[in-house]
Amino acid sequence: MNASSFNQERIVLIATILIAVSASVFLSGFLNVPNLISIVRSISVLGILALGMAIVIIGRGIDLSMVAIMAMSVAWYLQMINDGYNDYLALMLVITGVIAIGALNGFLVAYADVPPIFVTLATGLFVFGYVRSQLIPSDAVAVPHGHWLELMGQFRLFNIPVDVFIFIALSFAAFIFLRFTKWGRYVYFAGDNPAAARNIGIPVRPMQVLRYVLAALISFIAGLLTAASLLSIQTRVINSNLLYDVILVTVIGGIGLSGGKGGVRNVLIGSALIGILLNVMTIADISLLSQNLIKSTILLAAIILDGVLNPRDEQTAQQGDI
Amino acid sequence: MKLVKTLISAIALATTALTVLPAAAQDPGPVAYKKAMQGKRIVMIPMAMGFDLAQGWAGFLSREIPNFGGTFETRDPNWSVEAGAQAITEAIASDPKPDVLIIMAPDLNSYSKLMKRAQKKGIYVFLIDNPANFKADAFFGGDWTEMGRIEAREAVRACGEGSSKEIGLVQGDQTNATSLYQYAGIVEEMAKHKDYKIVAKPDSNWDATTSRNVTTTMLQQHPNICAIIDFWDGDATGAAAAIRDAGKSGKVHLIANGGGEKSADCDMIESGGYGAVVSTSVERESYDMLALMKHLLQSGQPAGTSSTYIYTETQTINKLTMNANSCWDLKALKAAAKK
Repeated sequence: MNASSFNQERIVLIATILIAVSASVFLSGFLNVPNLISIVRSISVLGILALGMAIVIIGRGIDLSMVAIMAMSVAWYLQMINDGYNDYLALMLVITGVIAIGALNGFLVAYADVPPIFVTLATGLFVFGYVRSQLIPSDAVAVPHGHWLELMGQFRLFNIPVDVFIFIALSFAAFIFLRFTKWGRYVYFAGDNPAAARNIGIPVRPMQVLRYVLAALISFIAGLLTAASLLSIQTRVINSNLLYDVILVTVIGGIGLSGGKGGVRNVLIGSALIGILLNVMTIADISLLSQNLIKSTILLAAIILDGVLNPRDEQTAQQGDI
Repeated sequence: MKLVKTLISAIALATTALTVLPAAAQDPGPVAYKKAMQGKRIVMIPMAMGFDLAQGWAGFLSREIPNFGGTFETRDPNWSVEAGAQAITEAIASDPKPDVLIIMAPDLNSYSKLMKRAQKKGIYVFLIDNPANFKADAFFGGDWTEMGRIEAREAVRACGEGSSKEIGLVQGDQTNATSLYQYAGIVEEMAKHKDYKIVAKPDSNWDATTSRNVTTTMLQQHPNICAIIDFWDGDATGAAAAIRDAGKSGKVHLIANGGGEKSADCDMIESGGYGAVVSTSVERESYDMLALMKHLLQSGQPAGTSSTYIYTETQTINKLTMNANSCWDLKALKAAAKK
């Protein structure tokens, strides 16, 4: 076995298959269609967020504001509807706001040269603080009865919830973007070696802004799906592990934090591992504390493996990169 | 002459006595009350201000406290234990110091030392809703073990004879006292119903999406479950979504725990999302707090020398018991506060 065949993606894929096979043997009720659908569904919102995160990370960045944008944009949207705003107007306002925050992230990273980890940490807190204190009166905002989100949440095709279709569609779109469009290819070049990419004439900075805008829009979609399913959006999700889970899914599938590597396939493999793992632990009635321990051990292992397999490129690494 | 003098002074005395008399007959209460209560500063530090319980307490307290000339303030740690600790520290150090601190502790131990320090400075410490390892001047809230027992009884009632007698739990986490005590109460009550069984007990970590995912799995693994107890109405919307998605609305009785707020509880029962809510009345808790506050501030009892437990009566709201008074309305309370 040479070094290239022993990459992280394969290791994770093998681990996923091993867990799935042993769960099928030892846990009755794992291997059946409804359970498999519920695994995919439980991972769709996480997977969608991970797609956005992947696009940013491949371009050598990170977006810690995604969960804040996801929850607060939808909370603001629903609050406006509840306050009697025109639905279309409210939606346009929110989309504008989301694009503005994404552009601000990108601008500060690309043009002000602030490390993305600090920029997005700050904008995430800003978005939460501003929306929570100025625009919505409490932590949770309900979806009004009969709203299109409610109808969307109830939509089923062959008993498969809408979340799954949107996850698949977005995965496909991200795949086409990263693999077959010129701007998608640029993401890899810029992530691999920003200085070289700039020298050959790639618009590295506008591209960076685009990636953060895409991540912000994807977060908004993830938020809409969450609200459609739960009929409310709980902004307390900001304090949860969700953001770490998104990074977990992205990194574990083999997208190097140093940029330039990986793709949608890695997100799907990472999502599959986490989805199956969480499902198996729930079926086996493992307590939350142990679940967190298992998850964090896996993240740690993935990061160490990532460090070994994708060492920092001393030529292009910068202070503040992660 | 002497006689005249005596007479005059007697008359003078009598007139003064007579004119003073009606004043002495006046109720001394309001003066004493006003003297003891005027200018008292009450600070409330819940786990966050953004949810129904905290807004309810604040709503009722801020209506009543200004009536006796006191001031009422709140701090919003927004679910952060550290921010809460900081808020308590600042409150203790502030000048003038608060007279009463109302604290909702996130777990058994985090704030114990800080609260002791507050008492040493002569501040009465009230604990609300969540118990802690600390001798507070007073505790207000539900008896969580008892609530667990009541939830289990409601589950047994709703399932009834001839059902699968399988019950699922969606716990909160493994550190919060409310979750641990509720679980203990449920297990204790279930031991009395030998034929009933708890088939799964995942945690939601108080998160609605997690609650939905674990409930979906639970319903698939145990399709015959007749009742599910979710430990908090703040995340039980997730369990409700899972039941709805599984096409089991009306077949699985979802029991949640909450503060009896209209849109969080009664509306959900009305719509069939929840089967029942075991609730402690936020309104009653607030007035209990006010009563004890008035007592302590007038009593001269030094802070930290007494401890009172005031458990709020718990009610089970379901379609059978629900009436117009079952819930309080946060929207109406806020609208009233604005006027």
